[in-house]
Amino acid sequence: MDLNLISRRAALALTLAFATALPAQAQDKAIVMASTTSTEQSGLFAHLMPAFKSATGIDVRVVAVGTGQALDMARRGDADVVFVHDTAAEQKFVAEGLSVQRRNVMYNDFVLVGPASDPAGTRGKDIAAALKKLAGSNQAFVSRGDKSGTHAAELRLWKKVGIDLATAKPPGYKECGCGMGPALNIASSSNAYVLTDRGTWLSFKNRGDLTILVEGDKSLFNQYGVMVVNPAKHPHVKSALAQQFADWVVSPAGQATINGYTIGGQQLFFANAGD
Amino acid sequence: MNAPEAHVAQVARVAMAVAAAPPAPPLISLHAAGMNFGHTVALSGIDLTLRRGQRLALIGPNGSGKTTLLRLLHGVLESSSGERSVSTLQPEGRAPRMAMLFQRPFLLNLSVRRNLLLALWLAGVPSAERRARTDQALRRIGLADLALRPATTLSGGQQQRLALARAWSLQPDILLLDEPTASLDPGAKAEVEQAIEDLGRDGITVVMSTHNLGQAKRLATHVACLVDGRLAALAATDDFFSQALPPAAAAFIRGENPWI
Amino acid sequence: MSESLALALQLITQADTQLLGIVSLSLRVSLTACVLGALLGLLAGAWLAVARFPGHGLLVWLVNTLLALPAVVVGLLVYLLLSRSGPLGSWGLLFTPTAMVFAQAILVLPLIAALSRRLVHDSLAQGGYQLRSLGAGALTAALLMLLHERLAVVTVLLTAFGRAIAEVGAVMIVGGNIAGVTRVMTTTIALETSKGDLPLALALGAVLLGVVGLINAAIALLPTREPAMSEAMA
Repeated sequence: MDLNLISRRAALALTLAFATALPAQAQDKAIVMASTTSTEQSGLFAHLMPAFKSATGIDVRVVAVGTGQALDMARRGDADVVFVHDTAAEQKFVAEGLSVQRRNVMYNDFVLVGPASDPAGTRGKDIAAALKKLAGSNQAFVSRGDKSGTHAAELRLWKKVGIDLATAKPPGYKECGCGMGPALNIASSSNAYVLTDRGTWLSFKNRGDLTILVEGDKSLFNQYGVMVVNPAKHPHVKSALAQQFADWVVSPAGQATINGYTIGGQQLFFANAGD
Repeated sequence: MNAPEAHVAQVARVAMAVAAAPPAPPLISLHAAGMNFGHTVALSGIDLTLRRGQRLALIGPNGSGKTTLLRLLHGVLESSSGERSVSTLQPEGRAPRMAMLFQRPFLLNLSVRRNLLLALWLAGVPSAERRARTDQALRRIGLADLALRPATTLSGGQQQRLALARAWSLQPDILLLDEPTASLDPGAKAEVEQAIEDLGRDGITVVMSTHNLGQAKRLATHVACLVDGRLAALAATDDFFSQALPPAAAAFIRGENPWI
Repeated sequence: MSESLALALQLITQADTQLLGIVSLSLRVSLTACVLGALLGLLAGAWLAVARFPGHGLLVWLVNTLLALPAVVVGLLVYLLLSRSGPLGSWGLLFTPTAMVFAQAILVLPLIAALSRRLVHDSLAQGGYQLRSLGAGALTAALLMLLHERLAVVTVLLTAFGRAIAEVGAVMIVGGNIAGVTRVMTTTIALETSKGDLPLALALGAVLLGVVGLINAAIALLPTREPAMSEAMA
């Protein structure tokens, strides 16, 4: 059949398409790490992973989702190592046999930000008092509502103050089901209060009238832990390489790299593997 | 006599007249053929023998069944009643090949040349022969200098001639034409008629439905008149236009040419 | 607004390697997905236009309904397929560009099939009988109509490409938005938006439109079937 017009152009198009298409998946050393959006957005990984790669030659591919989703990913065997900040959930993960060991890596802290004029009078070092005042006022409060580590921490804080969100939600309480950035955007545009991790706050550019109102309270500590997915549960997991990451990040070299990450001269994460 | 008897008498007269000359071999015969589409009777009681070398014009009012008769002759449609028989060509020793042309030819959005090549490919002609027959057809019909033009940019007359070239390249023994010049202006009409005449001179048997009595007179050796799905008259062209016709046919002719 | 446009221009002229990598990956993934979708979709569309069997109407209805399949849902379905706990987990394709191609191909397949079916159907209404009388089988006639209406087919493929390159739901879920590996234009825009860097997100959006605009311009300038005078006289 000599309809050369069609066959020639088609052949050319197809060749171009496939030649420029996917590079062969390099089977060199790479692992998939499930972590959280707040950690990714803080820029820590762009600082940490290159150091790890030059030390070991291993590529770490970070899939950043909410803590709940990250643990879920690992549960399905779609990640080799997990790096989140929800100790209770992580311990449950180990108890389920999905990881052999959970180790502390670093902490950062949460801060309560809100309108500079602070209509609810929350300013200070006491988060419990601040939340009580917020509940009593009509002020808007944005919650991530997405099963993330930050969301879990927020829920714990409300519980500690004795406020049951299921039955007695504060009048201004709004759930967005979104990441930290969008939650901050919503708060900034509606002059609301919001609980955020310091890292995301430091890199957030759309602050509007918001400023830090409560910080330094011990219960605002946000502990990060690392877990290698148990090869017994998911044999295909690259446990040897993943273990190298877990070992490195708690080693003096890894810990120093973490402490060395700053934004505008301010340190974001505090290595505490020894604790 | 009433109409059906007059019709039968007329057909008998024609049959005897035709029998007087040595008959050309028959190609396709229809015997008491009828065609129904659901409740509509499109054709009934058709007795027709198409002979080799004839150029038969089918005339008649719209809806009289001309297109259906063409399709019946072609074989693409199966008759609801009666029979159709196809004779073996002698000396070739095979069934006659047929090609059909339509009032508005469908040409693909490709060059003139590629349209011809495609038709030959669809007919299963091997590659080298396709090119040869395409060039032959282009020369025969006189479209060689338009070979690379997109077929859709041709004039009406040129498009119909391309359709003729396409049909001719398939080396048909019988060419069936369904009102081939009905949508053409006089100049294009003349162009296409000339091409049909040329092909007819090659010995191809032609069956052509037309509205144009002048065209029938010019191109056909025989004329058949269809009225309401029945064969109202069938005769050699000269006879048809000089002798008295059965009433139905006569009425149609008068309608077409009120001054007769 | 103007800040974003200025930023967009700056991004383009600086031709930052990271940005180039992201743009290149977007194009490669969506183009490959469209080629795959076209091969299967055009065939399916042509076949649906001529096939006659019980349940044919149901199939056409299904294809038309799948036009509204949200990208996120496609992403989820493919994720579940390719997840290690899923049926195709052993292929190890999750969080790779291949998974993204797969997901986008599934996304554009109903679009290409539905539109090409309509195209072929309408063309066959005009010339199908004559093609069949020339000896073309049903499917051959349908495919010839795709050739006959190739300009319309190009528009269908451009529509599919637009859908693919602009979607974020599917590639985000099956790709994971991994920096340097599966990060494409749309997931980068989503990321910058969630970080609150709206000017950058808008600027990247402008870059995306610019890239697609360039492709469309290139296609529009392709020589059409009007042969040059010299060709006609050859």
